[in-house]
Amino acid sequence: MRELKEGEATEDELERAFRETETEPVAAAPEPAAAPTAAVAAIKVDAEFTAEKSGEPSVASQSIRVSVDVLEDLMTMVSELVLTRNQLMQMVRGHSDSEFKVPLQRLSHVTTELQEGVMKTRMQPIGNAWAKLPRIVRDLSLELNKKIDLQMLGADTELDRQVLELIKDPLTHMVRNSADHGLETPDERIAAGKMETGKVVLNAYHEGGHIIIQIKDDGRGIDVEKLRAKMLSSGAATEAEVAEMSEQQIQMQIFAAGFSTAEQVTAVSGRGVGMDVVRTNIEKIGGTIELDSEWGKGSKFTIKIPLTLAIVSALIVESCEDRFAIPQLSVVELVRASKDSEHRIEMIKDTPVLRLRNRLLPLVYLGDCLKLANASEHTLTEGAEVFVVVSQVGSYTFGIVVDRVFDTEEIVVKPVTPLLRDITMFSGNTILGDGSVIMILDPNGIAASTSETKIGERSDSDQEQSQTVAAADTTTMLVFRAGSEEPKSVPLSLVARLEEIAVESVEYANGQSLVQYRGKLMPLVKMDDECTIRESGRQPILVFADGDHSMGLVVDDIVDIVEARLDIELSSSRPGYLGSAVIEDKATNIVDVGHYLNDAFSDWFGAADAAAFGAEDARRLLLVDDSPFFRNMLTPLLEVAGYQVTVASNGDEALALREEGVEFDCIVSDIEMPGMNGFELAEQVKSDGRWQETPIVALSSHSNPRDLQRGRDVGFSDYVGKFDRDALLTTLSQTLAEKVEVA
Amino acid sequence: MSDLDQNDVEDLSLDTVSDKLKETDSEEYVTAVLDGQLFGIPVLAVQDVLGPQKLANIPLAPPEVAGSLNLRGRIVTAIDLRKRLGMESADREKSMSIVVDHHGELYSLLIDEVGEVLRVPLENYERNPPTLDPRWRDISQGIFRLDGRLLVILQVQRLLDIIKVAAAA
Repeated sequence: MRELKEGEATEDELERAFRETETEPVAAAPEPAAAPTAAVAAIKVDAEFTAEKSGEPSVASQSIRVSVDVLEDLMTMVSELVLTRNQLMQMVRGHSDSEFKVPLQRLSHVTTELQEGVMKTRMQPIGNAWAKLPRIVRDLSLELNKKIDLQMLGADTELDRQVLELIKDPLTHMVRNSADHGLETPDERIAAGKMETGKVVLNAYHEGGHIIIQIKDDGRGIDVEKLRAKMLSSGAATEAEVAEMSEQQIQMQIFAAGFSTAEQVTAVSGRGVGMDVVRTNIEKIGGTIELDSEWGKGSKFTIKIPLTLAIVSALIVESCEDRFAIPQLSVVELVRASKDSEHRIEMIKDTPVLRLRNRLLPLVYLGDCLKLANASEHTLTEGAEVFVVVSQVGSYTFGIVVDRVFDTEEIVVKPVTPLLRDITMFSGNTILGDGSVIMILDPNGIAASTSETKIGERSDSDQEQSQTVAAADTTTMLVFRAGSEEPKSVPLSLVARLEEIAVESVEYANGQSLVQYRGKLMPLVKMDDECTIRESGRQPILVFADGDHSMGLVVDDIVDIVEARLDIELSSSRPGYLGSAVIEDKATNIVDVGHYLNDAFSDWFGAADAAAFGAEDARRLLLVDDSPFFRNMLTPLLEVAGYQVTVASNGDEALALREEGVEFDCIVSDIEMPGMNGFELAEQVKSDGRWQETPIVALSSHSNPRDLQRGRDVGFSDYVGKFDRDALLTTLSQTLAEKVEVA
Repeated sequence: MSDLDQNDVEDLSLDTVSDKLKETDSEEYVTAVLDGQLFGIPVLAVQDVLGPQKLANIPLAPPEVAGSLNLRGRIVTAIDLRKRLGMESADREKSMSIVVDHHGELYSLLIDEVGEVLRVPLENYERNPPTLDPRWRDISQGIFRLDGRLLVILQVQRLLDIIKVAAAA
């Protein structure tokens, strides 16, 4: 908001002036004679009228100004009193017949009321933080040529002065954002069938010890697709991560630092800083922010913040014989975990996880994360039970493993000494009822130090890697596990989707497991007999699709997506595998998707001839196929067989290669291609130019005698069914052998 | 000072001591013994002298930070002075401590034993010998020659500031 110029009045001042001019004549009217004699009375009446007019209770007029410092001091004292009271209660708790019991109860009662009373003095209506918003919105609507209607509900909801100060700026920012990004221009709104005037609604209310503030607009909402693309292009997430994210998770990306999808940076917003600052500020005071947006309909931000910061309710936990407090606000639930109970901690290498309602919950051992002396022992004490404090930081949920859980206590948060400010794990310290000092854990800090830094590091090294390898030909490989521990991999481009299906939805027909997928039956194929469909919960599958057909490959879990150079070093004799390659420094089996397609749709394939093929010297091969699926499937296959493969996605591309003077020993071409089809390509190749002598093998998914004849007419040396890999290889080696003979 | 109750938190009645001697050519120090060496802390900097206390562990803290304790509702950070001065750590739970105020925060300096409050004439003051251990030189304001002993004056400000720098590094 711009500075007020000289002579301009603030909104408050204007309102006050307005109120005064309105009430004064009314106040004077009823008792014109009494006024001069009883000035005091007149003022009182005046005050009452004012109060009535503005709808406030008459108590408002009897207010006194108290400096904030006095209130702060009072608050500290009351906090101390609460502590002492707790201490006394703890002492008396052990003796049931203590004579102190009754007076202590009264003391306790009075203390609680005093605490509430003092808290109330710190309360201010949230409307104070909103006072400037109407003006900001008015300025914005002029600047942006939009019609904006700002509605503010629940302005008299009270919250702590300290909290109020802290959320003032984030709120202003968010309203600006809604007006600038959220609402469309009047033309766009009319085109979308909406009212010309856009609405921004602010709503505040109490809910269970929290204040909920909603900022809602009926604008364009958040374009998830755009976010997705942005995330990929900015490297914020890998394809696998994005594929697995729910819409809401993707929407939450707008809170990430440096993230902006605005094509234009306006004076108002779009710089990519802002929402992350908003979230940081809100999380700093123990609040959360949620986003609910529907494309075309508008967005709704929900902020949940604690009423006060001074006294919080906290869960007391113990780890390695030290006690800590975790603010109740960030605790979602508690889970008891032991070796033989339903919840047990499982390890993925050194990373502990917990299955919680069919979700994997990453775990953090509190002892490890605080480097407590005897922390490494947790694996030894297997029989013992531990507790998992499920905490939520933003949209990230994780579990903190502790040894014991005590009561919840109302604690007074005291800042840590400056010596310890650098330790992000703690948000403060406090004195418990028994007089001992304990540290208050900051789940944000724990989450940041355990997960995000690791993710950050990894993505950095990933980027480095992909840069160094970028010179070589890399393929994006999806690494997964199925059946056995060893990693398996397929080119990601072959995979249509990563899906998780409910196990209950798996059906069986004709000895084949099937699932209804997008209105069609999709066969589920297992890698081998070791691989099984889970008993319950959700089963991850890889969906391969080509044309109308799709197939689900059952896998245990998806490990990663990596950029790797596809160098198949060992070709495999096992059916279903092309061979092994080194991916991410690990020997990885490259899965032959064709084999499983064969399993799923035996009718797609001709009779597979088991004829073996001899390895050739690096023969140069041109593969022309419009379908990336087949190009990706055949290239590794042919490479394994010892061919040097060049691919072209259509006839024109192939002919362009001819013009460049590239020589091939053989051309393998698809028949059905958009534009120039295989027959036309063959005619062109055979008619003139350098490739006249080069044999051409046709690939087709339908082979009928007529096509075969036509193929031979235009110059194809042979004709192979698309999925008949063995036939293709045999044909190739025969064709090439013939060529050598001819030469 | 000999009647100081070792088990209870006890204030030293420092006011009465300073009332008796008001000369300007001398300074008053609360003395403390650490590994046989006598140290002095300016009397006005001292808030409390405590007997052995139960210390709450602070994970991830710099090694000099021994823990925290509750002093009448205020949280005090305990500094292991032995460690700070590069000596072998003693049993922290049995150490006495001197509580000082630094920028509004309370710190308790763990020491072996609290001595008496000494008034020493300024003429006995000497600067740090240049050959002194650098860790000591950093935090020592100077030396007083006493009868048969030497009194090293601790600079509380420096003592705490340096820990902070070390923690940030």
